Amino acid sequence: MFEGWLTIVVFLPAAAALVIALFLRDDNRVRWFAIGATVLNLVLIAITYADFDRSAGGVQMIDRYEDWIPVEGLRAEYLLGLDGLSAPMVLLAGLLSAVAALASWRITLRVREYFIWLLVLQTAVLGVFTALDFLLFFIFWEIELIPMFMLISIWGSGRRHYSAMKFVIFTFGGSAFMLIGILALFLSSGVDTLAMVSIPSEGIVGIPDRVAGVDLLLPAGLIWFLLFAAFAVKMPIWPFHSWLPDAHTDAPTAVSIMLAGVLLKMGGYGLIRISVGMFQETKDFQVQDVAWLLALLAVVSIIYGAIVTFQQSDLKRLVAFSSVSHMGFVVLGVSSIVGVGGTVTDAGLNGAALQMVTHGTITGLLFLTVGLVYDRAHTRHIPDLGGIALRLPLITVSMMIAGLASLGLPGTSGFVAEISVFLGTYAAWEWYTAIGAFGVVLAAGYILWTMQRTFFGPRNDRFDDLEDANFLDMIPVAALVVSIIAIGVFPKIVTEVFKVGISEVVRI
Amino acid sequence: MNSHDLLLLSPELSVAALGLVVIIADLILDKKTPLIWLAVLGLSVPLAFTLILWFDTPSPEVGVFGTVTADRLALFFHFLLIGTTAAVIVAGATYSRKFVGFQGEFLALMLLSVSGMMLLAASRDIITAYVALEVSALPVAALAAFLRTDRSLEAGFKFLMLSGLSSAVLLYGLVYLYGVTGTTDIAGMLEAINGMDSDGDRAFGSGGLMLGVVMVVAGFGFKMAIAPFQMWVPDVYEGAPTPVVAFLSIASKSAAFAIVLRVLYTAVGTDGLAEDWSTLLAVLAAITMTVGNLLALGQQNIKRMLGYSTVAHAGYLLVGLAAVAANSDSDGFIAGPQGVLFYLVAYAVTNLAVFFAIIAITNRTGNDMISGFAGMARRAPLLSILLALGLLSLLGIPPTAGFLGKVFVFSAAVDSDLAWLAVIGVINSVVSAFYYLRVVRTMFLDEPESDERITADIPVWAATMTASAGLLVFGIAPYSLLEFARHAVSGVVI
Repeated sequence: MFEGWLTIVVFLPAAAALVIALFLRDDNRVRWFAIGATVLNLVLIAITYADFDRSAGGVQMIDRYEDWIPVEGLRAEYLLGLDGLSAPMVLLAGLLSAVAALASWRITLRVREYFIWLLVLQTAVLGVFTALDFLLFFIFWEIELIPMFMLISIWGSGRRHYSAMKFVIFTFGGSAFMLIGILALFLSSGVDTLAMVSIPSEGIVGIPDRVAGVDLLLPAGLIWFLLFAAFAVKMPIWPFHSWLPDAHTDAPTAVSIMLAGVLLKMGGYGLIRISVGMFQETKDFQVQDVAWLLALLAVVSIIYGAIVTFQQSDLKRLVAFSSVSHMGFVVLGVSSIVGVGGTVTDAGLNGAALQMVTHGTITGLLFLTVGLVYDRAHTRHIPDLGGIALRLPLITVSMMIAGLASLGLPGTSGFVAEISVFLGTYAAWEWYTAIGAFGVVLAAGYILWTMQRTFFGPRNDRFDDLEDANFLDMIPVAALVVSIIAIGVFPKIVTEVFKVGISEVVRI
Repeated sequence: MNSHDLLLLSPELSVAALGLVVIIADLILDKKTPLIWLAVLGLSVPLAFTLILWFDTPSPEVGVFGTVTADRLALFFHFLLIGTTAAVIVAGATYSRKFVGFQGEFLALMLLSVSGMMLLAASRDIITAYVALEVSALPVAALAAFLRTDRSLEAGFKFLMLSGLSSAVLLYGLVYLYGVTGTTDIAGMLEAINGMDSDGDRAFGSGGLMLGVVMVVAGFGFKMAIAPFQMWVPDVYEGAPTPVVAFLSIASKSAAFAIVLRVLYTAVGTDGLAEDWSTLLAVLAAITMTVGNLLALGQQNIKRMLGYSTVAHAGYLLVGLAAVAANSDSDGFIAGPQGVLFYLVAYAVTNLAVFFAIIAITNRTGNDMISGFAGMARRAPLLSILLALGLLSLLGIPPTAGFLGKVFVFSAAVDSDLAWLAVIGVINSVVSAFYYLRVVRTMFLDEPESDERITADIPVWAATMTASAGLLVFGIAPYSLLEFARHAVSGVVI
């Protein structure tokens, strides 16, 4: 089947980038065109999301071209599709792409190139979340590297060259191992497919169904670790996180938003779809065997991330380290796959998936508001700030909302996600969950302390005539605030879809 | 020699004849530009002969006393070599003005060298292969020295000396193969080996055969630029004229891989022997990749850096050669050599694009240092993008041909029980990101030395665009090329 809809959604940003490259010269036109294209794509994605049939489940809106690389050694197809796991991720990617484009309004350096790279990046991440052929997935996963490299190293600040290279080397290193893992899975006799899921209507029997009880080419545990390496770097999980603070700190605002909001979620998405979804019925090794490791790494990430966050004096670096801590909750939720007494519930994984979406919107908003503060105060050094709440009321309120959501205030999406993670995981890992929950307390500490030092207290004279955010700045802020509160009050709009997807991935 | 033999040899003979025609025309013509067009258009004759052979292969495919073949593998390389040569000549049109008064000789030497390479890919006899190798190598030594600067002369001399040395090693290895099997015929060797029941029947046991294989690989390894025979590469690449470097890095390497593939997979391709030399190649591959990439890291001269990069890529190619059927469970396993052929084409279009973009830029700046490319994205936007695209293909980022090439050879390696080698390969790819991306960064980030715009001449421009288009097309729709490669190797792999 080839409906064509997802292909349009994925490649629309790239097509817009091509139009900019070929036809547009004027900076202002480029801005409007790029923003228009991403907003249009967000509308298309919203329609897609609404159109996703929650009761039917399975893979929908399939775009399939079988004869892409139909050779013996590598039967790769062009296969895009949407299921309950990927649909909300695509929505998140679409939302944050639009936010990032809007937040790039003030870019004045090499505007055309900037928007071209930003649009290519959007195509890559949308591709990652919709590709259901393993090679295609990997291709999109790799394509994303180059726009990020360019965006950080040209439009970044500080040690941007170093950070950009570090980002590329870490991610490329992780994905190199993933490639070997993919090849080993595919080449195992009996597997012989690159389809990441089974699609009965297309006659596709995917890897999760084919690996059951089969002798793999390499030991299943080794393959799992090869694949996990890529996701662990991307999420990032301690001790693979050291690229993240550098990349975030030196990236421009919009790129930080994309990085924290969407790119890290590629790791979580891979963890659930691949590390969990494909290794439940493998012979001699199941993902349950390493659930303890996931839980342990999760707790270390949560606590270590939170403690290091306390020590940061740079606002962006602070948000970056809090991301390490918050992505730890995703891993903790995934570790509940071990189950209790042989039965697995999907509550923990649902929480993990929801945590990805909420962290995406919340951290997106945090970086956005930090960027707004920096544009005005020209510093992100917390001790230099303070007392600017009265000058920047709108920005202060926005950042407060993001901060409170980040520490899990009821009524915001952060609360729903974290509570579901803890509820789902507690039965399986009592102690780990108890320690992990302490991360929320720490989060409350560093968030409130940061807010206090940044916005309240005595004001430095040089901040006396700061101008608050204008209408244009507030559009992306409002979009994120609305989504944070909407999910907080009505989590069903996302969880309902995730539940369908997770139950298929986890097979319960 | 009969008409059948003539037809089999027609591509090689017509290229050599074209070289002679160019020399004669050089004596007659005052202007030198028409010579370039004569050479490029003249290449359509061997191309036509190759096409005839492809679609209407005479049976038997073997001729000239069993020494030359026109099988699919040979024809595959004929296409590759003719295409590469035509592209290099076109792209070097402006550059070759530097060879005042010697443009004709430059073209003729290149064409003669190609005829040797084509014969090398088509030889079915080790003596013919040796002669073809010498025919292809000697003109290259002269070409490398063509700038007549100290560096260029050093490059030519170095190439000549080491080429002679490696030929001696090769010849010694061929003697062993002949001594054990009693024949110089590549297919005949296989029969002879199959005819021997056990090691005892072979002179020196299988050790003698393996010694021969080791020395043959070492001898051709010089041309393939594999470690530890890569010492000449950086110096020659730095000193030789850039079009010659492009020619050397692609044509010479491809032809060497063609004959090694033929010898290994046909003459000593039995399962028992393949297991042995596969291990040897795997170790060489690991060393070659690592040496090439590590030494490339510190280079300041872009041609020198690409010299080490070509060593690294020889390593990736060896990964594909080492992936033999003997280690694999699946029957009729040809993914390894098939991947090698795909990789060679991918590498050819990529390296052509890279070198042509460099030629176009350095024609104006005259500066081969990486720092000389600073801010090039502003001075020559499109050329910089094409050069960056080529470098990304060398690095192996999708959607380029270089990425799929790596996927195919690594996939073959994993399939034939060489997962460890594939792991070393991907780690090496990560290391290579440092030096490829450094050039990209220099072009796109650093401040340009001057604001003068750089425009390329039409020929080099067209050649760069064609090569870049190739690397994208093969990266996005690789199927037909893969099929082509499968046809080419299926007759050779036993």
